[in-house]
Amino acid sequence: MSSHSVTVTINGVEYEREVEARKLLIHFIRDDLDLTGSHIGCDTGNCGACSVIVDGTLVKSCMMLAVQADGAAIETVEGLADGDELTPLQKAFSEHHALQCGYCTPGMLMSATALLRENPSPSEDEIRKALQGNICRCTGYWNIFEAVKAVAK
Amino acid sequence: MLLREVEYAKPASVADALSLLAANDGARALAGGQTLINVMKARAASPDVLVDLNGLAELKGVELAADGTLTIGAMTTYTELMQSAEAKARPILAEVVGTIADVQVRNRGTVGGNVCANDPTNHLPPLLTAIGARFHIASAAGEREVPAEDFFLGVYMTAVGTGELLTKITIPAGKGDGFAAVTLGADGTCICNAAASLNGSLRVALGCVDAVPVLLQPESIEEDAVRAAVKNAGIDPPSDVHASAEYRLHLAEVLAVRAARQAQGRA
Repeated sequence: MSSHSVTVTINGVEYEREVEARKLLIHFIRDDLDLTGSHIGCDTGNCGACSVIVDGTLVKSCMMLAVQADGAAIETVEGLADGDELTPLQKAFSEHHALQCGYCTPGMLMSATALLRENPSPSEDEIRKALQGNICRCTGYWNIFEAVKAVAK
Repeated sequence: MLLREVEYAKPASVADALSLLAANDGARALAGGQTLINVMKARAASPDVLVDLNGLAELKGVELAADGTLTIGAMTTYTELMQSAEAKARPILAEVVGTIADVQVRNRGTVGGNVCANDPTNHLPPLLTAIGARFHIASAAGEREVPAEDFFLGVYMTAVGTGELLTKITIPAGKGDGFAAVTLGADGTCICNAAASLNGSLRVALGCVDAVPVLLQPESIEEDAVRAAVKNAGIDPPSDVHASAEYRLHLAEVLAVRAARQAQGRA
């Protein structure tokens, strides 16, 4: 068995674990570190529910190995709010009814967070393009776009 | 999904990567992983060793030479290509990679991974064939350079052999380029695509209709000539749930004309 020592910082907390090379980053985050905010939807790289930010870059964590994240700083949905204080984007999701079942929400929030960091004033088209990798089967996307627009400057 | 057991190696240099790849028939280069990790989940590929190319700076980046030749490192991501000032010398490149999948995939997926996967529905094999790209393949024995016509060999097969690695792609100067596709959803998988390049003579490359890009050299840029070139190519496209062979052939003709028209407008 190919075992590797991996050290990552997730939402400011450092973790060190032994992982098998075959372990996907999403399983490491959810199963080994018990950070279950990031979801597994399709496990085929299509749905985006597992989206996290690795060293400032938005990725789908089901298409990256845990061992590849060694030394990285990772942000997950748990790191957005400051205690009970939601980010403006999270509040906007709540106020605009941008979720129903909530399954896609962690990925949507990470993708929209990555977009707004890079482009604080996205157009409607830019918002749609930025969320293309995140599938929602409840909302029809409209309220998600409304929520992102509400916090766009 | 739990992958089959696999060893993992992180080489410190291209030379290191080449010796790892040569040492084991079951070793495979891991580029962005946006194809390979998924085919490993499906057990369609089961390498014994993954040689992770991420972190090899020598395989990254875009350079523009004084004569207009672009050199793209194999591990350059789609996002990096879109943001490259040098790549603007050939605007079609950023335009096309900007329609591959989604932000997350573009952030990790690489130009080299796209062409080495050589999925017949990928965007870059026909585009790089039309614009006359050359592929630089390294091994312990040295480096060889292969034109696009000889690089794509079959479904999921390229000229990159065991113990070899695609290091960079060079693209000659030019600007009269076009690309057209019919996709599943806005930026989804291609049902059929066509790339065209009018830099001197016209080159058109069709994707999704055969195992490898089909290169055509129509007699002129006129619509009739482009249609005739597609008709006379003897293509027998596959039928699948998205398109019959007949419809795909129809799309190939229409998309070739659209790509050629765009190329003409920019030449």
